[in-house]
Amino acid sequence: MSMDEREPLLTIVGASKSFPGVKALQDVGLDVRHGEVLALVGENGAGKSTLMKLLSGIYTPDAGEFFLGGERLEITSPRQAQELGISIIHQEFNLAGDLTVAQNIFIGREPRRAGIFLSDRELNARAQQLFDRLGLALDPRQRVGELTVARQQMVEIAKALSFNAKVLIMDEPTAALNDLEVATLFDLIRRFTTPDTGVIYISHRMDELKVISDRITVLRDGRYIDTLDTDSTDMREVISLMVGREITGEARPQVTDAGTDVVLSVSGLSTKGVLSDVSFELCRGEILGFAGLMGAGRTEVARAIVGADPKSAGTIELAGKPVRIDSPAVAAKLGIGYLSEDRKAYGVLLERDVKENIVLSSLPEFTAALGFMKPAAIEAKASELVTALSIKTPSTSQLVKNLSGGNQQKVVIAKWLVKDCDVLIFDEPTRGIDVGAKDEIYALLNALAAQGKAIIMISSELPEVLRMSHRIAVMCEGRLTAILDNADATQENIMDYATRFSAEGTVMA
Amino acid sequence: MTTTPTASDTASTETGRPGGLVGRLRGQLQQLLAFASLIIIVAFFAFASPHFFTTSNITSILVAATVTGILALGTTFVIITGGIDLSIGTGMILCGVMAGVFLTFWGWPLWAGVLGAILFGGLIGFVNGFNVAILKIPPFIATLATMLIAAGLALVISGTKPIYFKETPDFQAIMNLSIIPGMRFPLGVAIFILMMIIAAVLLSRTIFGRYTYSIGSNEAATALSGVNVNKWKIIIYTVSGLFVGVAGVLAASRLSSAQPTGGLGLELEAIAAVVIGGTSLSGGKGSIVGTVIGALIMAVLTNGLRIMSIPQEWQSVAVGTVILIAVYLDMLRRRGR
Repeated sequence: MSMDEREPLLTIVGASKSFPGVKALQDVGLDVRHGEVLALVGENGAGKSTLMKLLSGIYTPDAGEFFLGGERLEITSPRQAQELGISIIHQEFNLAGDLTVAQNIFIGREPRRAGIFLSDRELNARAQQLFDRLGLALDPRQRVGELTVARQQMVEIAKALSFNAKVLIMDEPTAALNDLEVATLFDLIRRFTTPDTGVIYISHRMDELKVISDRITVLRDGRYIDTLDTDSTDMREVISLMVGREITGEARPQVTDAGTDVVLSVSGLSTKGVLSDVSFELCRGEILGFAGLMGAGRTEVARAIVGADPKSAGTIELAGKPVRIDSPAVAAKLGIGYLSEDRKAYGVLLERDVKENIVLSSLPEFTAALGFMKPAAIEAKASELVTALSIKTPSTSQLVKNLSGGNQQKVVIAKWLVKDCDVLIFDEPTRGIDVGAKDEIYALLNALAAQGKAIIMISSELPEVLRMSHRIAVMCEGRLTAILDNADATQENIMDYATRFSAEGTVMA
Repeated sequence: MTTTPTASDTASTETGRPGGLVGRLRGQLQQLLAFASLIIIVAFFAFASPHFFTTSNITSILVAATVTGILALGTTFVIITGGIDLSIGTGMILCGVMAGVFLTFWGWPLWAGVLGAILFGGLIGFVNGFNVAILKIPPFIATLATMLIAAGLALVISGTKPIYFKETPDFQAIMNLSIIPGMRFPLGVAIFILMMIIAAVLLSRTIFGRYTYSIGSNEAATALSGVNVNKWKIIIYTVSGLFVGVAGVLAASRLSSAQPTGGLGLELEAIAAVVIGGTSLSGGKGSIVGTVIGALIMAVLTNGLRIMSIPQEWQSVAVGTVILIAVYLDMLRRRGR
């Protein structure tokens, strides 16, 4: 991409923002050049989101100036930022699921007749023009709630571009995308970056930054650290700037060998309309990775095993004995724990404290006669686990919502450890967790395996699957297409098995 | 919005452009199903009693449905935003009392008194909207408070006695005037139908309806898109209040007097009609056609059971059961797809 001699497209000077008790940003400056993709990286809490919210008019800065094409900007509201040419695509999409694609794109600026009347026909036509221009295969009339995550993101991007954005900010745009969808997204980003526009790209995924970005700006603890040219930079360097210490990237598992006694044996597992004939075995001390594209059925396997979804066929044996699991409660009783990918919705009670969360699923063990709880026993167990898992919390009475994502995840793990499960199923265990904390979660998984737990790890990040798993199960369209030994697995052959579609042309554009 | 991939996700991408067509047919089907249940109930009563399917009885059903129906129409907007309005029952009574005050105590001309009472309903709605949107009081609490306030004010203002429309004898015609020669088809029912059309156009064709759905579907996203959510919430509660005003005028006209008591419970009947009609209490989904069908189902049920001489005590048991069945079937249908 050509870097011309003009002054930067966007410049931020001395941006500061404090919240009660927290200095979220201190004197941060950066610039985006014409036609470039600037990656913005930093651990959770480094100030990336705050900075982007200042730029997009959601927060008002305490200090600092913004210049777009040399002109000073007064940003007062998200809408006004959009009209100035700055559009942001949040990690959590801002779409109304019950409205159609076109209705979402033009919300707040619908062409009206007689002041109040709308014409969906006109709206659809305009949206179609926009899609044709951008080369997007979207139906303006479809309800957004019916779309896949990747397509919802396309709607967000189309909406942002419909404002003729000069600067497009994307916050973790690939968090919920599979590799093919990521490729489509990158294609779209490349088409968007012309000599008059620029992109600020926020991501935790270093491999992606290498591909898509021109320069990388690092923030840490609310401060500007450095900006590096992507081409001449080793990603390890970026990570060490982010966390302020060296991280030893481990490509392959350094764990001890997995055992050979089979703990969990699944054969012929099928569910109505999704899974067909899934069979595998899981051994003591083993981490079995589950790879596949979004919608391949990995989460559904986990849900079917623990009885969260009804099975239409198949048997499950636990330590050689056939078991019947109709509900997650039965699974838990049998020692199978499922840690959902959606931690906040299914994993923790955000408004309750650490100790209550840790003992939640084993409360009967901490209950005396007449239903009175035993606070001392609860405290003892909770402290034990907080120490064992090095959960960073001032006390066991801290509310879980005040912990970082990584520590919340550890609380969920602690909960299942109290339950003394033999089989633990982790669904996207590091989603939304920053780089430093990821390493701790990996170490924890390895330690659990070393203790003899049998672990299933579902992950959309191939490097993570390769790094952690003894064996890798690959799924496509609800079928298991391969189980690979770690030594035989590569990103390439996993992707190959993950795209073994039964019919042609089913891959989404 | 959860991002768990489902079979329908892949299905919709495989068909490439599942277009509005399938979706729209599905939407139509849902309304057809609600309509079919109404037909079944009507057919059942027509079969069970010879007095049911007569012109005069059908008119009574429509008359009985009018007041609750208009309340339900207005409150459909509020419910689609994800809100709730408990004040519409007693608010309607207060609007009737205000009509009495304007026309009988203050001697306003008929048109002014009626307009005043309707606008007073809008004022109650505005207060609710302000409390919900600006003061951020949860809708349940905010409107529970105005429900009690309206009930009390109706008694205080009227001196706990009914107000008769002595100065404006034509007032009773608003509900009762027969507009088709040789047939009892009251003006009130025509007004009910007019209100249906107004509500349907507002919800489906105007910016007002679009933001109603949008706020209920994802309020934060709507706000970030530059829509002044607070302003629109106030407008939505106010419009709902105007419907309350119209209902209040019709209720008072029907009895030729403004009764200061009796509104309590009507809000729940109206909400029940909305819910039976397929509008989700969690917001984002709903339709006026659904609400109309819901209101008719409730009225037909009450009327039919009475005609079959089933004691009144049992009627609310039946209505409650219908609500459970209707909402459960609706959930099954949504889950099924």
